[in-house]
Amino acid sequence: METSIAVRRALALVVLLAQPSWAASDPDIDKIRDEIRDLKSNYEARIQSLEQRLKDAETRATAASAAPAPPPAPAPANSIAAFNPAVSVVLQGSYANLSSDPSKFALGGFLPAAEIGPGKRGFSLGESELAMYANVDDKFSGNLIASLTPDDRVSVEEAYGIWMTAPYGMVPKFGRFFSGLGYLNEQHQHAWDFFDAPLAYQAFLGGQYANDGVQVKWVAPIDQFVELGAEAGSGESFPGTSVNRNGAGSFTAFAHMGGDVGESHSWRAGLSYLRTHADSREGTLPGVAANDADLAFTGRSDVAVADFTWKWAPNGNPHDRNFKVQGEYLWRKERGDLTYDASDALGLRNASAYSSRQGGWYLQGVYQWMPLWRVGARYDQLDPGTVDYAANAPFFGATDFNPKRYTMMVDYTPSEFSRWRVQVAQSHPRPGMTDNELFVQYILSLGAHGAHKY
Amino acid sequence: MRKILSTLAVCLAAWVPAAHAALSVFATVPEWGALVTELGGDKVKVYVATNALQDPHHVEARPSLIARARSADLVVATGAELEVGWLPLVTQQAANARIQPGKPGYFEATSAVSLVGRPVRLDRAEGDVHPQGDPHIQTDARNIGRVAGPLSAKLVELDPANAPYYQARLKSFNDRWSAAIARWEQKAAPLKGVPVVVQHKAFTYLIDWLGMKEIAALEPKPGIEPTTTHLAEVLEILQKTPAKMVLRAAYQGDRPSQWIAERAHLNAVVLPFTVGGTDGAKDLFGLFDDTIDRLLKGAS
Repeated sequence: METSIAVRRALALVVLLAQPSWAASDPDIDKIRDEIRDLKSNYEARIQSLEQRLKDAETRATAASAAPAPPPAPAPANSIAAFNPAVSVVLQGSYANLSSDPSKFALGGFLPAAEIGPGKRGFSLGESELAMYANVDDKFSGNLIASLTPDDRVSVEEAYGIWMTAPYGMVPKFGRFFSGLGYLNEQHQHAWDFFDAPLAYQAFLGGQYANDGVQVKWVAPIDQFVELGAEAGSGESFPGTSVNRNGAGSFTAFAHMGGDVGESHSWRAGLSYLRTHADSREGTLPGVAANDADLAFTGRSDVAVADFTWKWAPNGNPHDRNFKVQGEYLWRKERGDLTYDASDALGLRNASAYSSRQGGWYLQGVYQWMPLWRVGARYDQLDPGTVDYAANAPFFGATDFNPKRYTMMVDYTPSEFSRWRVQVAQSHPRPGMTDNELFVQYILSLGAHGAHKY
Repeated sequence: MRKILSTLAVCLAAWVPAAHAALSVFATVPEWGALVTELGGDKVKVYVATNALQDPHHVEARPSLIARARSADLVVATGAELEVGWLPLVTQQAANARIQPGKPGYFEATSAVSLVGRPVRLDRAEGDVHPQGDPHIQTDARNIGRVAGPLSAKLVELDPANAPYYQARLKSFNDRWSAAIARWEQKAAPLKGVPVVVQHKAFTYLIDWLGMKEIAALEPKPGIEPTTTHLAEVLEILQKTPAKMVLRAAYQGDRPSQWIAERAHLNAVVLPFTVGGTDGAKDLFGLFDDTIDRLLKGAS
């Protein structure tokens, strides 16, 4: 508005100035002319400044229309539900066809472990997993993973807090968690590439090693991936037991390294060590021809693990095709006392010194040859090593048998959230037992999007 | 002892400024890596976590990524849950307090742009939906310009000593970018109204910008592999409403596009999608030069 008035005034002035002069010599007129000239330059300056302002405003307007400010985020619903943790559920189930009686499963030359063997025959519901995760406050986050077992029990698989703002890039974790030991151990069973755990994990860690205690992890602030970690815990899970003392029952230390080789390859390697103690660790040795025997071990158990994983994906894009090789070698050294009790045979109970140095390994490869479809092969072997049963020796067979297993699987993954798997295996766990196994498995993930570890 | 200590102190003194000489930036995808380089010049050290032949939805949280995130000063991500399958794991495992979401060292490009395609129904039965809207904003050149300002402000915030440098680079970039947009829009005028089919719904912003028309998508639901049943349905749609070309990003497999291109007599067009996706897309300017060239060729 102001601009248009100014323009009109200026136009009037121009018309005025354009008038021919009648009396050029009159000093009064000269004076008036001077005044008008002053006025004119004055107005020109003002018009120029107004034009500039108009131009600026126009530029601003176009800039604003080119970059509309994002609409303000909707205010969060004023409800306590807004702070609910992220919830996810994993549903699993399987069908198993086993040629040998799973209750007679034992690893020849190895003391019985917590969860070994191929599981039960026929249809079964796998462990359903219920996970909740949220930041607690500005310092801590919490994670609960409960496992609902098919026999209607609820067990706490993991329940831990993480101190997120710890200094020096350390990540302290406390509560119950899967140990950082090895490669497979930290992953949840539904993320494994095969239906069951490698024999070495079954023999030495009872399937998977969880700990109640504290863990500290630290990643080195350099371009090469180096991760160090240590744990102290109750050591109550296999191969340890509750030892009724104030100090920690188990210690773990691990180191991981990893990196890329070109665009298409990546790797991770690690070394881990676990020391734990057992006080009357009980297990049942299925009798082959005779009665079952109850065993109890008291002593120290040391486990060392070397793991290596190599992944390939063309240009680092695993979507269409990818290949993964992974292998782990586990050693275990145990020293202590062993009680042998063939409960049904009168008087057959004996306690004696026991020591063993044993090993085991697996190597597996999984190839995705087209989107959604993968095929995998695995070989497992245990080395009974040297075992000294001392006075118990007559109750145990020779220990030169190598338990082994050959496994193949095919799985179909229609989306990130569902997977179907068929697995066949031939297992030779102890002398005289060959088990041909077929598994069909489904894994369904509901709810919050959980990212998968490398 | 004193000698050793003083040597250590000297080493430390030499090392510390060296480590902070440049702002260390972890860009999740090549387009933001390229933009940070444009805006930060030699004051930033940029690591790009993925290349143009990788699907940004599905990247593995590899050890190398964790190591790079560990010492980064700034993470530049697309946001809107594009990287939800891997970035949270990387930042969490790297345990670098500076780059956690909500901290000054975490920047999401989608925060500068209003997103389209917010799903009406939030259900996994609808495929891999992005609850906050379509995150593939970089396919519209104007969005890159919208992100440049806030991103430059972020560099200034983290490295105020070099503020005039960043501001000068932003101005230079904005000038060149507006000129380039005008050039691209003029060049792409013949694309207005051209009907296209997309393999993945990744080009919504590009199609809106250039005024093309999306007839169908080869993926039955976002992120779900094309099935033969669905492709047959698309073929049927195309018989009623013919399209000129089928678009796919460089990182995607070519089989579904080829299948439909042969049967519906379309041109199969590969678009770089991000910097490095094709030989022509060497930088942000090349990305759109090449995209528009390929579209024009496909439409002719």
